[in-house]
Amino acid sequence: MASVSDAELKTMSQEERARALGMMTEQLTSRSMFIEFKPGEEARFGYPWAPDVDFNKRTEIDADAMTTTEVNAKIRGLMREGFGTIVVKNPRGKHSLGVGILSRLNLIFEGSLGYFGTGLIDGPNVRINGRVGWSCAENMMSGTVVVEKNAGSTFGAAIRGGDLVCKGSVGSRTGIDMKGGTIIVGGDTGALSGFMMQRGRMVVCGNAGKNLGDSMYDGTIFIGGSIRSLGVDAVEAELTDLDRKWLTRKLTQYGLMPDKGVDHFTKVVAGKQLWNYDNLEPSEKKLIL
Amino acid sequence: MCGIAGLIHRGKTSNVGGEMTSMLQSLKHRGPDSTGFAVYGSGNPGDYVMRLKVAEQEDMGKGSGVRDLIEARIAEVDKRLASHDAQVKSQSRVTPYALRYVLGHSGDTEAMAKHIEEVEGVEILSLGNALELIKDLGDATVVSGQYALGDFAGTHAIGHTRMATESDVDIRSAHPYWAFPYNDVSVVHNGQITNYWIMRRQMERKGHRFMSNCDSELLAVYTAHNLANGVSLEDSLRQSIDEIDGVFTYLVATSDQLGMAKDTMAAKPLVLYESDELIAMASEEVAIRSILPQEIDTTDPYDEEVRVWQA
Repeated sequence: MASVSDAELKTMSQEERARALGMMTEQLTSRSMFIEFKPGEEARFGYPWAPDVDFNKRTEIDADAMTTTEVNAKIRGLMREGFGTIVVKNPRGKHSLGVGILSRLNLIFEGSLGYFGTGLIDGPNVRINGRVGWSCAENMMSGTVVVEKNAGSTFGAAIRGGDLVCKGSVGSRTGIDMKGGTIIVGGDTGALSGFMMQRGRMVVCGNAGKNLGDSMYDGTIFIGGSIRSLGVDAVEAELTDLDRKWLTRKLTQYGLMPDKGVDHFTKVVAGKQLWNYDNLEPSEKKLIL
Repeated sequence: MCGIAGLIHRGKTSNVGGEMTSMLQSLKHRGPDSTGFAVYGSGNPGDYVMRLKVAEQEDMGKGSGVRDLIEARIAEVDKRLASHDAQVKSQSRVTPYALRYVLGHSGDTEAMAKHIEEVEGVEILSLGNALELIKDLGDATVVSGQYALGDFAGTHAIGHTRMATESDVDIRSAHPYWAFPYNDVSVVHNGQITNYWIMRRQMERKGHRFMSNCDSELLAVYTAHNLANGVSLEDSLRQSIDEIDGVFTYLVATSDQLGMAKDTMAAKPLVLYESDELIAMASEEVAIRSILPQEIDTTDPYDEEVRVWQA
């Protein structure tokens, strides 16, 4: 799959490594900074160490007497053996389970996770048949994470892509600093959700706490219930037909479609009245500062 | 960072000492400096349990003279108890510097407590009918073992693992704090109080005493002040969200209640489990899981949320 070996990667500088992995096209476009794979290089769509797994090859891990490190190492070992569906039993609220998985995998947790569960992932489909603590799927790049019960605060902090779904309610600061992807919450969300959001979409079927979307740069938030208050520079916008179609498709996909449809959702976007909204490109700002 | 935990059994007693030990040991990584327990037993009506320390743990390494000093302090405490007509039903030396008394007393407990604390180096950790407050340096297993808490039967408990950020690593600055002089009221806290000095001076002007420079002690004094003025626990917790600045989540226990309050930013964590028999809460779910291994539903209380549960 890759033209560069792990040993070679270890000798490279950070910039050289990024280029070798295909993450070389750092572009400044408009007001956002992208780091993306080159679409012409199909072979670059996976990481060089990502194992080829078979989704039909299934196994289980009992995490009860294992440490977080042991569980995560076991998951990697099984992936190297080609297992594409891994069920983790008895996670018992341990922190940082299922983190840093950078390839395709069906990962199922039979129970609840603690903090930072499934953070830093890029590609797997994760189902958590329980609840998660703070910072679930932090910095997620792609894939799906579906939580069947409630989640703690900073759910989906700084995610860049993928679908992150909580069927119950979540804590405060949901989607803080999110840079892409989709967060869907079946219940309520707490204060300061969408704080400094930069891109992506957030859907909350229930109520939102105070200061929703505070200081958001961009992106869209949809709230099905009440909003205690909007944050600085967050404004309501008109729900378009495109929004309705997208909401219907996404909520149906995850079994969260309200009986009364989606017309009642309030759309919140950035008012873009803060100081950082001007016509200068980041490179131009550097020149004048 | 610090870790806090609380549990309350509804209508029954349980091994709350062992349960809290297990919960706090799970939170050791949040606070390795000291561990504290406030456990609530059934007690004997009319009897007071007094926990006090007569030196800091670190004092014990300061030479043989310390032991003579400690003996002198204990003798002075006993003398002052007698002067307040307190009947010492039992006295046990739990560690070289920590004692537990069971007292019969029908007079002014506040005056007695103040008189005892005037002995240099002596601090009453708790005084009440149901409350026993234990705190020391070390993790939960060490402290629980040292003070024989592993099989303490009671209705509820709160506890704390401390990472010292605002004040020293010593017993004085460890949690829980007893809400002096209010019997049976204790507080644990995770966070930082930013108007601590303003509030402390207000409280001192009203005659309250502070034993440490730890901002968390303010919550105990503040709660004691409110309760002494007829404010209910729930109202005191609600009032604190408006009057106390900073980021905080704290728990308060009384002889038959357990309450929680979260600040306006909800910046400090708390995970809550509620059933008909048991309410358990902690900074991290892993602590609740340590006593409830079966699959359970938990929630995160929101900003400005206040809850009070009855034993």
